Amino acid sequence: MLRKSIALAAFGLAIIAGPAVASGDPEPPKSVAWSFAGPFGKFDAAQVQRGYKVYREVCAACHSMNQLFFRNLGQKSGPFYDPEYKNPNDNPYVKALAKDIQVNDIDSETGDTIQRAGMPADKFPSPFPNEAAARASNGGAMPPDLSVITKARDGGPDYVYSLLTGYKPPPAGLSVGAGQHYNPYMPGDLAAYWTGKGHAPKGGFIAMAAPLADGKVTFDDGKPSTVEQQAKDVVAFLAWASEPKQTERKQFGFGAMIYLFIFSILLWFSYKRIWRNVGH
Amino acid sequence: MSGPSTYEPKAGLERWLDSRLPIVRFMNDTLVTFPTPKNLNYWFTFGGILALMLGIQLITGIVLAMHYVPHVDHAFNSVERIMRDVNYGWLIRYMHANGASMFFLAVYLHMFRGLYYGSYKAPREVLWIIGCAIYLVMIITAFLGYVLPWGQMSFHGAVVITNLIGAIPVIGASITTWLWGGFAVDNATLNRFFSLHYLLPFVIAGLVVLHIWALHVTGNNNPKGVDVKSKEDTVPFHPYYTVKDGFAISVFLLLYMSFVFFNPNILGDAVNYVPANPLVTPAHIVPEWYLLPFYAILRAVPDKLMGVILMFGAIAAIFALPWLDTSKVRSMRYRPTARLYFFIFVIVCLVLGYCGRQLPDGQVIPGVSGLIWWDADINSFVWLSRVATAYYFAYFFLILPILGLTETPLPVPESITDPVLSHPATTPAGAVASPEKRG
Repeated sequence: MLRKSIALAAFGLAIIAGPAVASGDPEPPKSVAWSFAGPFGKFDAAQVQRGYKVYREVCAACHSMNQLFFRNLGQKSGPFYDPEYKNPNDNPYVKALAKDIQVNDIDSETGDTIQRAGMPADKFPSPFPNEAAARASNGGAMPPDLSVITKARDGGPDYVYSLLTGYKPPPAGLSVGAGQHYNPYMPGDLAAYWTGKGHAPKGGFIAMAAPLADGKVTFDDGKPSTVEQQAKDVVAFLAWASEPKQTERKQFGFGAMIYLFIFSILLWFSYKRIWRNVGH
Repeated sequence: MSGPSTYEPKAGLERWLDSRLPIVRFMNDTLVTFPTPKNLNYWFTFGGILALMLGIQLITGIVLAMHYVPHVDHAFNSVERIMRDVNYGWLIRYMHANGASMFFLAVYLHMFRGLYYGSYKAPREVLWIIGCAIYLVMIITAFLGYVLPWGQMSFHGAVVITNLIGAIPVIGASITTWLWGGFAVDNATLNRFFSLHYLLPFVIAGLVVLHIWALHVTGNNNPKGVDVKSKEDTVPFHPYYTVKDGFAISVFLLLYMSFVFFNPNILGDAVNYVPANPLVTPAHIVPEWYLLPFYAILRAVPDKLMGVILMFGAIAAIFALPWLDTSKVRSMRYRPTARLYFFIFVIVCLVLGYCGRQLPDGQVIPGVSGLIWWDADINSFVWLSRVATAYYFAYFFLILPILGLTETPLPVPESITDPVLSHPATTPAGAVASPEKRG
C-alpha cells in the first residue's frame, strides 16, 4: 500500500511539475557531449591544455582564477600531469608555464613591491589589483572569478559554452545600452528595452563583448581554431578547474559502489538465513 | 517491556565491573537481547539509518572544522581549499553536505512511518515528542551549517531567515540585532553560527540517547500497531534486527554515495558557489529542499508575522499530534479512511515542497490566467501553497481529531502472531501452520 502511495505521490508531482516558462527566461543552454560528463567521464588532457591556452591568452586579461595554482596543472588528473613527476612542482612543463607569467611579490631585502617570474607554487595572478580597478576597466562591470564558474551557474558547462558561442546581433526593436551586449543565453528580463512586436526576446544583456573569434588562439596541436572549438576547450578547462579532483572522485566512487553493492548482497543473504525460521 | 535483565556476566572482570557499573549489562540489554516485535518491515529500519547518519555528520563535521575558517574573508576560500588541497577533503565535504540531505530524507521517512503506524499514540507520546525535538534541532543545525560556506545563498538565506524574527512585535528588532551580533548579517553572525553549528549536533546526540531510552521503555511499535502480548511476538534485537537494519543501511548508503561520488552538487544551489556579496541579491532565494515545505507555508500568508506563526505552527502541530489524533487504533492498516487522508497528506507535503521552490506568482498551469481572487491569480503557486497549507493544518486539527470519533476501523488482530487477521502482504505462505515451532 505504501508503495502504491509513493507511485501516486510521484504521479501527483508529475502533473504539477510542468515547467513554468516565464517570458524573462533565457534560451535553454545547448547540450554538448562532454568527455568528462557522467560517472565514467574523464578529461581529455589535450583539450584541457588547449583550454588553458584560451584562458591564458583571452580570458585572463579580465578574469581572475583565485583558487588555482600553477602546480594544479601538473597534479594527478591535471592537464599537464606527467607520471614521471609525481610532485607537480618538479614538472618542467608546469615550471615553464608558470615562468611565462609575471607575479607580484615583495622583495625580501628592500620590502619593495616587485614582479618576478611565476613558480608552480604561485597562484594564478589576478589581472586587476582590486575590484574597483576591475570595474573601472570594464565599464562598471565586475568580471567574475572563473575558479568555480561551471559549478556556480545553472546549466554548468553547457551554459558557459552556450554563452560564449551564443552572441547574436540584437533583434530590431531592442535598445542595447552602451557597453552592453545582447546574448540569448544570459539570464535577464528585456521587456523594458523592447519596443518591437510581441514578447521581448529571450535572454539578457552582458557587459562582456563576444570574447572569442575564429583564429584568435593558435592551437599547438593543429586543431582548427574556430569559436566553437575554443569555447569547448576553454569550458573543459574551466570544468576541470572547478574541481580538479573530480576524476579521482568518480574513480574512488566506482570502487565504493561495487564494494557497497557486494556488501548489500551478502547482508541480504545473511538476513534471509537468520530469519529463515521466523514467521513474520 | 524490556523486563528484568537476563544478562549473566561470565568472566571474573565482567562480574567485578557489573556490580560497580553494569555498562556491559546495559549494552547487552539494549543492543542484543532487547525483545523486538518480529513483524517490523523496512519502514522501521530508518532509526538505525538515522543513528548512522548522525555519526557520519559528527565525524565529517569535526574533520571539516579542523580546516574551515569562520571569517567572512576566508570562509568561502577555506571551503574551496578543503576541496582542493586537503587530502580527501572533497570526500569529507561532499559526505557532509549530501549527508545533511540524506539525514533529512531518512528523518522524513521515519516520521511518515510514525504517522502511518500511529507510533505517537499512548504509551509512546514522550518518545514521539523527543523525536520532534530532534527534528527541530536538526532544522536549526542544518540552517546554521548552510550559512558556513558563505556563498550567496548562505548569506542571503541567513538574512531572510533571521529577519523573520523581526516580525515579532515590539521586541523583534532587538532580538534580531542580538542574534546577528551587530546591525547586519556579518562576521559576528558567521562566528556564532559556526559555534552553534558545532554545539547543536551534540544536543541532538543527547536527545537521541533519550529517544532510545524512551523507546526501550515502551518497546517498538509495529506495523499492526498492537501491543506485544507474549514472547512469541518478539525476537531478540541481535542478530535479527542488526542484520535487517544492516542490510537497509547498506542499501541506503548506495543511494547516499551515488550522490557523493557522481552528483555531489545536484541537491545544492549553483548560486552558493558564488562568494557572498551583500550588495547583490540572488534572483531567487530558496532554502535547501528539506525546508521547502515550510518556506511555501511562510510565503502562502500575505502577513509576515502570521506567516512566521504558521510556519512554526506547522512544526508545533507535529509535537501536539499525540493529543490531536483521537483514534485508539494505532496502525492505519485498519483505518482505511484515515489511510486515504494520510496519503493525501503525504502528497500535500510534496506539493508544498514543490511550491517552495517556485516563484509565488508563477503559473501552475502555463498559459491560463486572469482569475484574480483576493491578491493573486488562482492559477499561481501562492494559491496552490495556500490550498496545500490549509490541508496540512486541517489534517492535524480537523481530520485526525474528528475521524477518530466517526470512522469504523477494520477488525484489529489480537496479537502480532495472530495469523487470521494479519496483513496478507506480510504473511508468508505457510505462516499459519504450526506457530508453536516459530521463533
